Amino acid sequence: MEFGEIVSVLLQGAVVTIQIVAMALPLAVLMAFSFGLIRLYAPAPFKQIAIVYIEFFRGTSALIQLYWIYFVLPFFGITIDAMTAAVVALGLNIGSYGTEVVRGAIQSVPKGQYEASIALNFTSSQRLWRIIMPQALVNMIPPFGNLAIELVKATSLVSLITIGDLTFKAKMLADTTLQVGEIFGVVLLFYFVMAQFLVFFIRRLETHLSKGLGRGGLHS
Amino acid sequence: MSAPIIEFKNVKKCFGETVIFSDFNFKVEENEIVSIIGPSGSGKSTLLRILMTLEGIDGGYINVAGESLWHMPWQGQYVPANSKHLHKMRNHLGMVFQHFNLFPHMTVKRNITEAPMRVKGVSRAEAEEFADKLLQLVGLADKADSYPNDLSGGQKQRVGIARALAMKPSILLLDEITSALDPELVDEVLDVIRNLVKEESFTMLLVTHEMYFAREISDRVCFFDKGAIVEEGEPEAIFTQPKEERTKAFLNAYIGQ
Repeated sequence: MEFGEIVSVLLQGAVVTIQIVAMALPLAVLMAFSFGLIRLYAPAPFKQIAIVYIEFFRGTSALIQLYWIYFVLPFFGITIDAMTAAVVALGLNIGSYGTEVVRGAIQSVPKGQYEASIALNFTSSQRLWRIIMPQALVNMIPPFGNLAIELVKATSLVSLITIGDLTFKAKMLADTTLQVGEIFGVVLLFYFVMAQFLVFFIRRLETHLSKGLGRGGLHS
Repeated sequence: MSAPIIEFKNVKKCFGETVIFSDFNFKVEENEIVSIIGPSGSGKSTLLRILMTLEGIDGGYINVAGESLWHMPWQGQYVPANSKHLHKMRNHLGMVFQHFNLFPHMTVKRNITEAPMRVKGVSRAEAEEFADKLLQLVGLADKADSYPNDLSGGQKQRVGIARALAMKPSILLLDEITSALDPELVDEVLDVIRNLVKEESFTMLLVTHEMYFAREISDRVCFFDKGAIVEEGEPEAIFTQPKEERTKAFLNAYIGQ
């Protein structure tokens, strides 16, 4: 098989991978923020629910979660297509790690910031959204960046539930052409490029958000 | 004589097992400037933090401007205050912190305008006009668009003072506002307070280790030790003729009288 053809087949797979990332990432961020805030501020029963979610999805294998959602849930009458299953499983999985990122970043904002915002009589929601969150966001970006890259790499699991992603196409090509060096070389490069794209975007976001928050200043 | 603007009645405050105040009584009259001096761990800062509602109390009552701070009337009784009551009471008070606690993600000007706009609903134009005036007062008109991390410690604290004044509190609490500063920066901050009290009358409660400043600016000085006022009176009397042994020992250690 010619190299150009290999690249073109793999590109189709890469598009599917990007689609999954593009849908699972917002879901992960949504889960991370909602459950991170619940974990910190909600009444006890809601906190318990959040802890169960976090510990379950962090504590079990992403592949098995994917199998459960795609292969086992139909036995309970819940049938979802492979793409949705992939997005839900990966979004919930990465989101569970993100929850702890959100919580840790909020808790790392110095206590003096809460005290100053109480002294200035901000309401509790103003305190969170105007004073604490803008500072916490900057702390969240690097670990969120890591999780986004984890997500890109974890998408290769979806090839095991019949989705034609980059890894799936690569294995298919490798089985039929046996040109493993070229194929897996290109696949490696594709994953790397996708990750680098995220890294670039995350750096930009970090620079934008950290305006005024020069590093090294303990008290402001 | 009118009722005191601040009154502590039999206040009790503990941190776990540690008792800070067991039965604390204290009054401040309107427009009175009171300095609190004393060794660390004597409850000086806790007193200010309780007034600013940063710390609760474990017993007793506190009145601020004629209303109970930590309690509110409900069905003929006094019950612990809810957040709405605390929100109302905080309008009387402003605080300047030892470690400044400026908002690092906001410019100097926004540090000053944010609370008046969001909390009091003042228009942007009005808030900014007042902020300019305050920045003039603290000598930082040229720093309006800087971020706190680009300022020196003394400049940060002057912004801290402007930020507290922007809410127009009737009671100003100053919690060791020069303790975190290099010695050469102390005076630029104290000068701001000196000018402030010359121009306007304030009720001011300050915890300080600057004895000369306390002596010069206060109407009354209270010497604190172990959660109680050991001695209080006019600054001249306290600094030149302290009656209590503990006051003498403390002042000797500080100024070497």
